Amino acid sequence: MSDQRFALGAAAIPRWLHPGAWWAWALGLAAAASRTTNPLLLILIVCCAAIVVSARKPDAPWARSFAFFLRLGVVIIVVRVLAQILFGASLGTTVILDAPGISLPDWFAGVRLGGEITLESLLFALFDGMRLATIIACVGAANSLASPSRLLKSVPAALYEVGVSVVVALTFAPQLVSDISRVRTARRLRGRTTHGVRAIAGSTVPVFEGALERSVLLAAAMDSRGYGRTAGITPSARKLASAFLLSGLVAACIGTYAMVAAGSPAVLGLPLLAAGILVSILGITMAARRSVRTRYRPDPWWLAEWLVATAGLCAAAVFVWAAWSHLIGIDTPTDPAQWPLLPLAPVLSLAIACTPAITAPRLPKSLRPVHAREKAAIA
Amino acid sequence: MIEFENVSITYDGADAPVLSHATVSIPEGELVLVVGRTGSGKTTFLRAINGLVPHFTGGTLSGRVTIDGRDTATHPPRELADLVGIVPQDPMSGFVTDTVEDEMAYGMECLGIEPEVMRRRVEETLDLLGLAELRNRALLSLSGGQRQRVAIGAVLTSHPKVLVLDEPTSALDPGAAEEVLAALQRLVHDLGITVVLAEHRLERVVQYADRMIVIPGAGEPLVFGTPADVMRLAPIAPPVVELGRLAGWSPLPLSVRDARRAAGPLRDLLIGRTPPLRVVDGAQSREELAATENLVVRYGTFTALRGVTTTVRRGEIIALMGRNGAGKSTLLSSLVGLRSTATGAVSTSGHDPRTLKPRELVHSVGLVPQDPGDLLEATSVADECRAADRDADAEAGTTRALLALLAPDVHDGTHPRDLSEGQRLLLALAVVLAARPPLLLLDEPTRGLDYPTKSRLVTILSDLADAGHGVVLATHDVELAAEVATRVMVIADGEIVADGPTSEVLISSPMFAPQVAKVLAPGPWLTVTDVASALDGEAV
Repeated sequence: MSDQRFALGAAAIPRWLHPGAWWAWALGLAAAASRTTNPLLLILIVCCAAIVVSARKPDAPWARSFAFFLRLGVVIIVVRVLAQILFGASLGTTVILDAPGISLPDWFAGVRLGGEITLESLLFALFDGMRLATIIACVGAANSLASPSRLLKSVPAALYEVGVSVVVALTFAPQLVSDISRVRTARRLRGRTTHGVRAIAGSTVPVFEGALERSVLLAAAMDSRGYGRTAGITPSARKLASAFLLSGLVAACIGTYAMVAAGSPAVLGLPLLAAGILVSILGITMAARRSVRTRYRPDPWWLAEWLVATAGLCAAAVFVWAAWSHLIGIDTPTDPAQWPLLPLAPVLSLAIACTPAITAPRLPKSLRPVHAREKAAIA
Repeated sequence: MIEFENVSITYDGADAPVLSHATVSIPEGELVLVVGRTGSGKTTFLRAINGLVPHFTGGTLSGRVTIDGRDTATHPPRELADLVGIVPQDPMSGFVTDTVEDEMAYGMECLGIEPEVMRRRVEETLDLLGLAELRNRALLSLSGGQRQRVAIGAVLTSHPKVLVLDEPTSALDPGAAEEVLAALQRLVHDLGITVVLAEHRLERVVQYADRMIVIPGAGEPLVFGTPADVMRLAPIAPPVVELGRLAGWSPLPLSVRDARRAAGPLRDLLIGRTPPLRVVDGAQSREELAATENLVVRYGTFTALRGVTTTVRRGEIIALMGRNGAGKSTLLSSLVGLRSTATGAVSTSGHDPRTLKPRELVHSVGLVPQDPGDLLEATSVADECRAADRDADAEAGTTRALLALLAPDVHDGTHPRDLSEGQRLLLALAVVLAARPPLLLLDEPTRGLDYPTKSRLVTILSDLADAGHGVVLATHDVELAAEVATRVMVIADGEIVADGPTSEVLISSPMFAPQVAKVLAPGPWLTVTDVASALDGEAV
């Protein structure tokens, strides 16, 4: 038996890939998408995400979210183009349609309602919308590949409380739905109407009462099972740790935004991000010391995880470099409009980004989607 | 192991203590059964063991509770988590994670147990409780018995010395209840765990208990003793004990096995005698109150009912039995038109209930749901009754008068939430009956009911049937079915597998046979009352 730590793809024992690896890969792709307006490259990125999702998607309710995110992307493109037609500043000279419009006064600079629609501005809006839609699709891919509860299990100990609240909320949602249907049933059994405003008003109180009662029971159960046992750390130390963590995260967020959003001062970007991460790690380690918790079967981080994460980050690196060096074809000029080119380096990096479809270990059998052929075989 | 020294517990705002001057000492490795009427303080007693009372619920506890030397006054529940495992009445309400394996590990993670030890204990516990195949399943997809076993496993992995369970079998069918009780017995025998459990269904558990605690309520002193001693004097007893009393057996049998050994002479005596017949008055029985034909109900890809054809007539009491998830509740809800996706024909009093408006529906069929509290939403009993009169277009005071008949001890000003389980059921029943539906459906009516309330319900249902109502009750309670039903229908996997007079169906089934039938097999006897009336005072 070969060493499982280095086993890849079909050779590996079926297991879950670390959710962090999927997110790193997907965010890498998203970062790559944010650096280009070339529609061909954007479509390739979506294809790459789709290939990996179809190869390694588990059979779970949340795994079906990719299609939803794709549809959301289409909506985003449509909205972006419509917004351009209605409010956007006109670019270029190739007029497609001369619609009536109003120009707002000078002090409302640049804003215009309606007016002539040019090919250049339409293409600009289309590519811009596609970029956003691609980023959304990448997030959707991560969402359907990585189990949310497994991701929560791998959050650092300091964020554990937050993780628990999210898990509880996730299990509460389906119970709330069943509560609502129970209350509606009861209304029907008492001879009351189940439709309309009065029915909704009449069922809110019982539903919330039920939810409240359940949370009290759950709190009692968690307390009896040892939730919140601490290793004797003073409250002031705990507050200090939380302050470190919070300020670090805020700094990291601002830093990330500055990195991603073009046109922000360079000083805000990388240094702030790095400092933020550093302070957060400090806070997390301080907080981790007060918890006595241990972790059951944490997902390992082995070679496959490294390869998956690197595949995504590699695409990000190539696209960032290409944008920085103004590689021809990474941006598609819209004024005047030109046919998009296909630059070699980014395309190669996307080919690498597809490799998780092969290198990631397969899922345990019961969680793999059953294909039509297998279904027929079972029948 | 568990010491209660002169313990009194009073909740905030209550005038009288729930528990007063309780002194009990439970030794290690015993299975202790806690019984008492609903509202007598059983749950309070159980929750005082790990300090949830008063740390979590508020209230005042005087006296001392110590568990293995740890005083609950100085140790909140989380500091006792390694010592006491507590399984709540509804296991689902205590689950923190979403899959079986994670739930098993949760308690250990909180206690900071080493990962290798955790892994080993999870595997051991999965095997111990027969849960290995379910390890990756979502908790929501489990059946009642499986959930109960997962809840037990989830606290066992922390290796507690004391396991506390609140009515672990009340929601389970007889088979699943056996499974859970067998698992508990193994824990006591093999691992020396001290188990304290509260249960109303004595017939299921009394034979496994080493000791019994009776909580009489109303501040009376506790009774603590061996089941044989307690049963000799207790006003409430499972059928097998009552049969023993009737026949004058000594020592009193606690299990069917003991009773069968003693029952030889009684069986001989009963040869040639027949139990009183349960017949439905001929003239009435012809009128059909409800019928289904080829009823199919699907939930997504799951088929809950596969072609059910049946009828309900006036004066009948039908017990609908079958394991959890067999389709009992679905059949009941189809009869009130709640399953609009159903195919096939349903009719109640000649109409399709799916097309009836709620206001019309209540006059032809009434359903008391599994949790009768669902039906109640007013802030006092009097308001609830008035609202029910309005809903049913009944004369003012109708519901109140019905309630006075069903449960004379319920006061107008009480909040429905503060009623005992049994009183809440009877209030819901009064609300449903206000519209005078000829067909009455009850879903699991005896869940959480004590014996006195149950026998009250039996009388009420028989009276209703005599008055010409048709009654269908879905139940796991074989003793109730034996007591009250004229017809039994067994559902399995969405199909009716048995349908016939109570004695025929119950006596021939190993799973659904009541205790008396098991003791006196192959005779056609279902209840102690039947035996007593056949003997007619003759000495055994």
